[in-house]
Amino acid sequence: MVAPVPEVRLATNANMAGPVVFTGQTPLTPGTPEHDLFTGLTRLGDNTLILGHRVSEWCGHSPILEEDIALANMALDLIGQTQLWLGLAGAVEGAGRTADDLAFLRDGWDFSNILLVERPNGDFGQTLMRQFLFDAWHQPMLKALEGSADARVAEIAAKAGKEVAYHVERSADLVIRLGDGTEESHTRMQRALDALWTYCGEMFIGDAIDARLAAAGIMPAPESLRPGWDALVGEVLAEATLTPPANPYAHTGGKQGKHTEHLGHLLTSMQWLQRAYPGAKW
Amino acid sequence: MYAQMIKTAHSGVHKREDMTEQERAFQDRIDAGEKIEPRDWMPDDYRATLIRQIGQHAHSEVVGQLPEGNWITRAPTLERKAILLAKVQDEAGHGLYLYSAAETLGESRDELVRLLHEGRMKYSSIFNYPTLNWADIGAVGWLVDGAAIVNQVALQRTSYGPYSRAMVRICKEESFHARQGYSAFMAMALGTPEQKRMAQDALNRMWFPCLMMFGPSDKDSVHSEQSMAWKIKVATNDELRQKYVDQTIPQIEYLGLDLPEAGIVWNEARGHYDFDMPDWSEFFNVLKGNGPCNSDRMADRVNAWEDGAWFRDGLMAHARKARARKMAAE
Ligand SMILES: [Fe+2]
Ligand SMILES: [Fe+2]
Repeated sequence: MVAPVPEVRLATNANMAGPVVFTGQTPLTPGTPEHDLFTGLTRLGDNTLILGHRVSEWCGHSPILEEDIALANMALDLIGQTQLWLGLAGAVEGAGRTADDLAFLRDGWDFSNILLVERPNGDFGQTLMRQFLFDAWHQPMLKALEGSADARVAEIAAKAGKEVAYHVERSADLVIRLGDGTEESHTRMQRALDALWTYCGEMFIGDAIDARLAAAGIMPAPESLRPGWDALVGEVLAEATLTPPANPYAHTGGKQGKHTEHLGHLLTSMQWLQRAYPGAKW
Repeated sequence: MYAQMIKTAHSGVHKREDMTEQERAFQDRIDAGEKIEPRDWMPDDYRATLIRQIGQHAHSEVVGQLPEGNWITRAPTLERKAILLAKVQDEAGHGLYLYSAAETLGESRDELVRLLHEGRMKYSSIFNYPTLNWADIGAVGWLVDGAAIVNQVALQRTSYGPYSRAMVRICKEESFHARQGYSAFMAMALGTPEQKRMAQDALNRMWFPCLMMFGPSDKDSVHSEQSMAWKIKVATNDELRQKYVDQTIPQIEYLGLDLPEAGIVWNEARGHYDFDMPDWSEFFNVLKGNGPCNSDRMADRVNAWEDGAWFRDGLMAHARKARARKMAAE
């Protein structure tokens, strides 16, 4: 059931600006299949949007020119995937919102990315470790989504999966080389792992929406991805001579819109132009 | 340009009668339009001048990531963000090709980077100006890459083979950047009144710094003659600047913006636009380190390099360990 779309305000700042898109919560009714699918899609698209944004923050500042190029590549892939996931989310919502509207005109509480991807970049080691821990989940997630009962989801997953297969290969390789590099690189990678570890559990904790999406064969149950992740991460960390932290705690809330303080600052810069000049075409 | 005020080892041109036989043969090859390749004999000054020029060009590509990177996190749409990221990535790639071209002359990338960080090598003055509003990003692609193209198209004919070939490859991408920049700028110039104001502001601020990219007037450019004789440089600063102005003014008019300065007038007799020169004292101040962004740009690059030392060392150490393990297993 689709609730009526909130009234659209008209831009007042400029006669050449178009109508301003609503920025509130989705008008879809919680508990409906459309709302579930919309939520599942924004979870995917918000992860790639926020992580892509974080990675792009390195532009021109990475340790070596080749890494500037590699990070730009990864950010480009993630932003491209965002356009697909959020584009489909907007279509499923049926309220006229585009991928850009969803990216630039929602506030933090309507973002549903996991907390891991909004963690600040830290040093280059923390950025790489965050990438690996995410990629090790992202790739099997996409693999599972390729078999989705929703053909649109399967199609996006197939395309994104090819890119992400390369991401995980690269990030795992770098974690191994830096973990087993110098004493300093080892220390930094271990510190990064320790700092991020409690943000990994959220990837595998499902809620009622996840359960219904899994029952409908649209998306895998988050819990089902845990064994594969544990195996890959265990293997890579062992080769990297890094020790998985013992703390089993998992910070959660991102998927339900309860974020860390960091997200608001990220959105502040990311959304600034769209917010400051509503309705302008760029 | 991306390489400005490149000093040859001494001023004035070698006279033919003062040349050794080897130098004469070298000059004859250049005059005949042959390309000089890495293994060929070349005068020390030719090599040194090229290293400085290619190195400065490479540094410009790398430092040039920063003013554009300044807007990546604030790009207003996903598509604009992707286009900008891809462009900045291309610039980093240009830096790589050019460092490789310099390596064919026996100068390592690490050494060139060290000289840059010690302030003993420069990058183009243009990157010491800030990007202050979103229209600047379109303007950089259109006006800055546009200026680079004018110079680099000419440099495709340069005498040193690897440099010439790098220019051919780079020019294709730069032309694409300039077209994308113009279209991003057009969206601003034809947009809301605020967007149009941003566009005009970007154009006005960037105009003279773009003209400076070509370097001072030929009559004041003491090092050009030998570089021209060696075809390290293939057109004069003033020729290139005129070409740039002539191609750019109609593009500004098409957008319906005001011209950036009052001295721009079509001169029917010359068949070119007249225009005012930039304030060269500002240019020399920027070269001395007093531009609006010099210290920020250098701090960014030096910090990135120093903060990344552990990463580079870590990878090297791993490679050594892996080699040792492989040898032990054999
Ligand atoms: Fe370039
Ligand atoms: Fe370019």
